[in-house]
Amino acid sequence: MSSFNSIKWKHYANYIAVAAFTIVFAVLSLVGGLKTSDIYMLEKIAIAIMLAVSLSMVVGFLGELSLGHAGFMCVGAYLGGKTAAVLEPLLGEVPTLLISLLVGGAVAAIFGVIIGLPALRLRGDYLAIVTLAFGEIVRTVFMNSSSESFGGSLGLPTPRFDKNFLFIIAFVLVLGCLAVTQNLIRSKHGRAITSIRDNEIAARATGINVTKYKLIVFTVSSFFAGIAGVLYSYSNFTIQSTNFSYNYSIEILVMVVLGGMGSINGSIIAATLITFLDVKLQTILTGNLAVLQDLFYALILILIVIYNNAPALKGFREAHNFKNLFNKFKKHSPEHIHDDEAKWDRVPTKINMDEVLSVDIQVSSPYTPDKTDKEDK
Amino acid sequence: MKFIETLINGLSMGSTYAMIALGYTMVYGIAKMLNFAHGDVIMVGGYMIFVTMASLGNPILGLLAAVVFCVALGVTIEKIAYKPLRGASPLAVLITAIGVSYLLQSTAQIIFGSAPKMVNVADLGNVKFAGLTVPVYILVTLGCSMVIMLVLSVFVKYTKTGRAMIAVSEDKGAAQLMGINVNKIIMITFAIGSALAAFAGFFMLMKSPSLNNTLGAMPGIKAFTAAVIGGIGSIPGAMLGGMLMGVVEAISLTIPAIAPYTDAIEFLILIVILLVRPTGILGKKRREKV
Repeated sequence: MSSFNSIKWKHYANYIAVAAFTIVFAVLSLVGGLKTSDIYMLEKIAIAIMLAVSLSMVVGFLGELSLGHAGFMCVGAYLGGKTAAVLEPLLGEVPTLLISLLVGGAVAAIFGVIIGLPALRLRGDYLAIVTLAFGEIVRTVFMNSSSESFGGSLGLPTPRFDKNFLFIIAFVLVLGCLAVTQNLIRSKHGRAITSIRDNEIAARATGINVTKYKLIVFTVSSFFAGIAGVLYSYSNFTIQSTNFSYNYSIEILVMVVLGGMGSINGSIIAATLITFLDVKLQTILTGNLAVLQDLFYALILILIVIYNNAPALKGFREAHNFKNLFNKFKKHSPEHIHDDEAKWDRVPTKINMDEVLSVDIQVSSPYTPDKTDKEDK
Repeated sequence: MKFIETLINGLSMGSTYAMIALGYTMVYGIAKMLNFAHGDVIMVGGYMIFVTMASLGNPILGLLAAVVFCVALGVTIEKIAYKPLRGASPLAVLITAIGVSYLLQSTAQIIFGSAPKMVNVADLGNVKFAGLTVPVYILVTLGCSMVIMLVLSVFVKYTKTGRAMIAVSEDKGAAQLMGINVNKIIMITFAIGSALAAFAGFFMLMKSPSLNNTLGAMPGIKAFTAAVIGGIGSIPGAMLGGMLMGVVEAISLTIPAIAPYTDAIEFLILIVILLVRPTGILGKKRREKV
């Protein structure tokens, strides 16, 4: 019983949710209950989740703004797509997929290091503009490439994986992405990363190698953006460089922000919802009405950011947030615990040495610095 | 000769960029935020010129209407979207600005449709002197923006309001203690930036008459890049960066081999300059304190 309780189920909830989601739809697709458009939507959702989670590492946990995430995806899509197109006749479907995923991810990761290096010298707004510039450079270069190399303005034709299975592979990769990201964030290194977000100078002063961690985050984040790019190239017949403009980077950023900064679950939910709405609204709102969708997104984005961040609304937010709402319904809120109620029969009699020696890091209650720290700057 | 023509063209493009960059840099200097929606104010100004010209037929009246409307718009945006977030994290403000940018673009599309509108501001023809053939609109753009920038520099340096702006950009808290109404100064800054954007929209329509809801997006980003190259927060820096950007763009567009890569070259210059000087050419170094 005690070992069952010691597993932090909260930490595995999103794996289980994503896996269950995948299994349900995999079964549905095997039974034949899914239309081609639904499968395409599932592929898009997986790609969006991967992009949002990887961007969330940079924006939500490292605290640096990146406006070039679509650029990393673009690199992965083109390199992976090209590799796939070349290797497909030679090696067959599955080895090609694996190799092109690796190639796309690795090249994007290398670009992540290249962009991460200036990130060490620049902060905040300056870094945002450099990543934006990077995304536009990548796009321009691919757009003007010769038709033999990367297809140029006509787009690069890519092979398409068996359409019933690509979304399953994509979701398995999402699980992998979640595993890497969450294990990194919940480890000692993750604490170092969030401490850089909260106060870089203080983090440096406590002996954290800021350079190393920034590079790690940029590399991992761009690796997964590259993987998402390869998936994108598999899910579409051709890759057009115009699809990777900075508007797309911002769309990913919107997912991260709507989901809540520094919340991976939030990113997953927001990515799923936005992609779902995107696809569904595209079929409902046609012609001139299509722009209404953008209008709503813009309004929702502004309202949510103001609601979540406005200093004047702080009191209102604290009085009406989700956690307090749930606490009202809980029988045992912290005030009701008395010493007498401690259940003595559940005190373990045997000491587990592993538990004594290990350090338990509580991720569920993250450290929140005083607001006064920031105002001094 | 060809080179001098290119250079004049570049300076004219650069002065348009500089006008937009001034809006970015002044707002950054004073409100410490990147106003991503600034490029779209240009677009709104463009549509205002279109509407006025369609009803009254006079480009100058169109420009005036655009300036008035953009000033009102800029101040309203600041009041509704940015003011509640004063004191919040810079990222939150930036994302709101992105939201405002999308809001303006989609509203314009709802009102005017997605098909481009043609706005023939004025056909001024060409002028020839000393073996050079230069379109008149280039000279008008160059002349007007020079005058505007000169007036702006004088305004900031020698008037009470201008000095108050400098004071707020140096230290908001101290400025407030000296009796400066910070909110009013920020409002004035947004008003000036938006007025400059309306002028920039007018110059852009003189250059090419096609107007749609993304008119300001790319020039906005490039002008923002120019502001960062010059050193964001610095008014001479924005002018210098804008001019540099325009000249590079004009030269690059005349060389067939690199013309398609013009955008990439401009952004590459930004990255290189930021690597050498992380705060831009004329930017001040700021010591970070814990």
